[in-house]
Amino acid sequence: MRYIDEYRSGGLARALASELAETMPQDRALALMEVCGGHTHAIYKHGIDELLPPGLELVHGPGCPVCVIPVGRVDDAISLALEPNVVFTTFGDMMRVPGSKGSLLDARSRGADVRMVYSPLDALELASANPEREVIFFAIGFETTAPSTAVTLLRAQALGIENFSVFCNHVTIGPPLKAILDAPELRLDGLIAPGHVSAVIGSRPYDFIASDYGRPVVVAGFEPLDILQSVLMLVRQLAAGRAEVENQYTRLVRRDGNPRALEAIEQTMELRDSFEWRGLGSIPSSGLRLREELADWDAERRYEVPGVSVPDHKACQCGQVLRGLVKPWECKVFGTACTPESPIGTCMVSSEGACAAYYHYGRNRPKRGTVPA
Amino acid sequence: MSEKASRRRPRVRDERITLVHGAGGKATRDLVEALFLEELGNPLLDPLGDSALIDAGGVKLAFTTDAHVVQPLFYPGGDIGSLAVNGTVNDIAVAGARPIALSAAFVLEEGLSTADLRRVVASMAEAAQEAGVVVAAGDTKVVEHGRGDGLTITTSGVGLVDDRVSLGAEKVRPGDKVLVSGTLGDHGMAVMIARGNLELELEIESDSASIFPLAESLFALGEDLRWLRDPTRGGLATTLNELTEASGLCVVLEEKALPIREQVAAACEILGLDPLYVANEGKLIAVVAPARFEEALALLRAHPLGADAQVVGEIEPEPKGLVLLQTAFGGSRVVDMLSGDPLPRIC
Repeated sequence: MRYIDEYRSGGLARALASELAETMPQDRALALMEVCGGHTHAIYKHGIDELLPPGLELVHGPGCPVCVIPVGRVDDAISLALEPNVVFTTFGDMMRVPGSKGSLLDARSRGADVRMVYSPLDALELASANPEREVIFFAIGFETTAPSTAVTLLRAQALGIENFSVFCNHVTIGPPLKAILDAPELRLDGLIAPGHVSAVIGSRPYDFIASDYGRPVVVAGFEPLDILQSVLMLVRQLAAGRAEVENQYTRLVRRDGNPRALEAIEQTMELRDSFEWRGLGSIPSSGLRLREELADWDAERRYEVPGVSVPDHKACQCGQVLRGLVKPWECKVFGTACTPESPIGTCMVSSEGACAAYYHYGRNRPKRGTVPA
Repeated sequence: MSEKASRRRPRVRDERITLVHGAGGKATRDLVEALFLEELGNPLLDPLGDSALIDAGGVKLAFTTDAHVVQPLFYPGGDIGSLAVNGTVNDIAVAGARPIALSAAFVLEEGLSTADLRRVVASMAEAAQEAGVVVAAGDTKVVEHGRGDGLTITTSGVGLVDDRVSLGAEKVRPGDKVLVSGTLGDHGMAVMIARGNLELELEIESDSASIFPLAESLFALGEDLRWLRDPTRGGLATTLNELTEASGLCVVLEEKALPIREQVAAACEILGLDPLYVANEGKLIAVVAPARFEEALALLRAHPLGADAQVVGEIEPEPKGLVLLQTAFGGSRVVDMLSGDPLPRIC
């Protein structure tokens, strides 16, 4: 397949891997965090980790839209889905995420009208075609998906479609990265920054990681050669004692991102004072809500939601997995009580979750431990 | 390690049936083993093969049944009628048998167009003729509007087991080769696109067809043909996992060798799906003794339905119970059973 196969060449991969082995410092181990769950998925799917030299470890990060949604927000979503006359629309992955009393899929088997959509615009279309029903869209994701929600809201406003609203759970990538870098537990030498988020926000917002924390950052694409090359770029920086923000994903990412997408977000959403993250707790200025002008399309204003913070299942270690503190297989319930079929935590649900990626693709791997603090 | 000991005991913990139980992955298997087998289990049903093998006074019969629900009823390359015939015919064929006769039970929803029903039944007739079977018995029920999915068809079938072959997961040995008869994922992707909500302008046709001619040509291999399956719901990945679980062996697939149409691969890329998990309705997987794999490949390729046949992998002794894939990139990964419906990724 053109434009895909070029980025999956085994020959180029071998060349990069041997260059990486030569560049790798002999005297120390390195831990690099791939922030984005899409990268985690690609790493295991293509076996990229098997091409890395000894002493180089990839640590999974928090960039999985489904994984970071806390239990309380899932409960809120289910409560909205059970409102009379509501059609609750969601991305497919979110349907299987367990709340404190089951998932949206369970709510559906009890009669809630929960439907999977591929885009918020599909949800809007559903509202327009069914004026007698109330359609709610479960908006989740980082700056990657926020623009499509924003554009949908602007269209709903322009067309005056009143039986449509958004349950907004959009989040921003900067604050959780800062929270992870501020945590004393883990040694991280560099970060592989998410490609699609960066296509929207640009590479500039990562400057603080290089300047304030002295850690190199490389914005990476999602094909296996993108990731391997980004790892090499980070190791080169570390070997040379540099800490800069570099962009490997130049075919999509600009320094200042996509101004039109950012403007759409700005027009429709504003930062919440704080937002609860699974595993990371409440982080100030990290979540987005709809602006006052769009109150009519805001499901949280139109309906009562419980809005209760619910602790994770006691056995679940998604929080530590999302912060890179434990590997999926080190979690006590991994693969036993918690499987993709009956997940306890979000990391086992989403294809971008580290546990699901490891469970599906990585069970043949030697179980290398986490780099200690 | 005994294969039985390594398996977790299946349980159905869910209070209610959800769509996951019908997706063909682990939840489906748990439901079958923990509920249906527990209540209905008997020596004919327990092996959970594609067909039950019945000794009827010295005559060996293959007997199977399949309920067909598909939305939309018509899609490029097929419809629910041809699917209902070919699905059951293929389950008989991969049991090493020649299909003879089918029964068909129709559940019609009030309001269904008679013209559509005729089109479906005519398509069944055509598929039956091609497959060399007759529909020898039937039943019809009509349910109230809103209580059926337009049309569901349940077909059962019997076939005569070919006495040259003796198939089973227990016959598979390390070193055996794994063959597929053609491109993967065509049916599932054709149906997904025909639903019309993906806005993908791709022309992908279902591969729905009787694979009996392909299976029959392989019967000539006798005991060197070890195992046959049709990778329907859950795709190649799920079917091979059933093999590794039953045999306690390992399948190692070579990504570069997997035949996948460019259009199917592109659609899967866009949607974040893996073609290994997408359904096929006109393909077979064969495990063949190493000495005969070239002959098997030639036999498959001699038939138009097997023109794209490939050797895609090999049986190895370890790691037990896993399907592995050597990626084109140079790494490896596990190919797991399907969990839940394949879902498009978010971003």
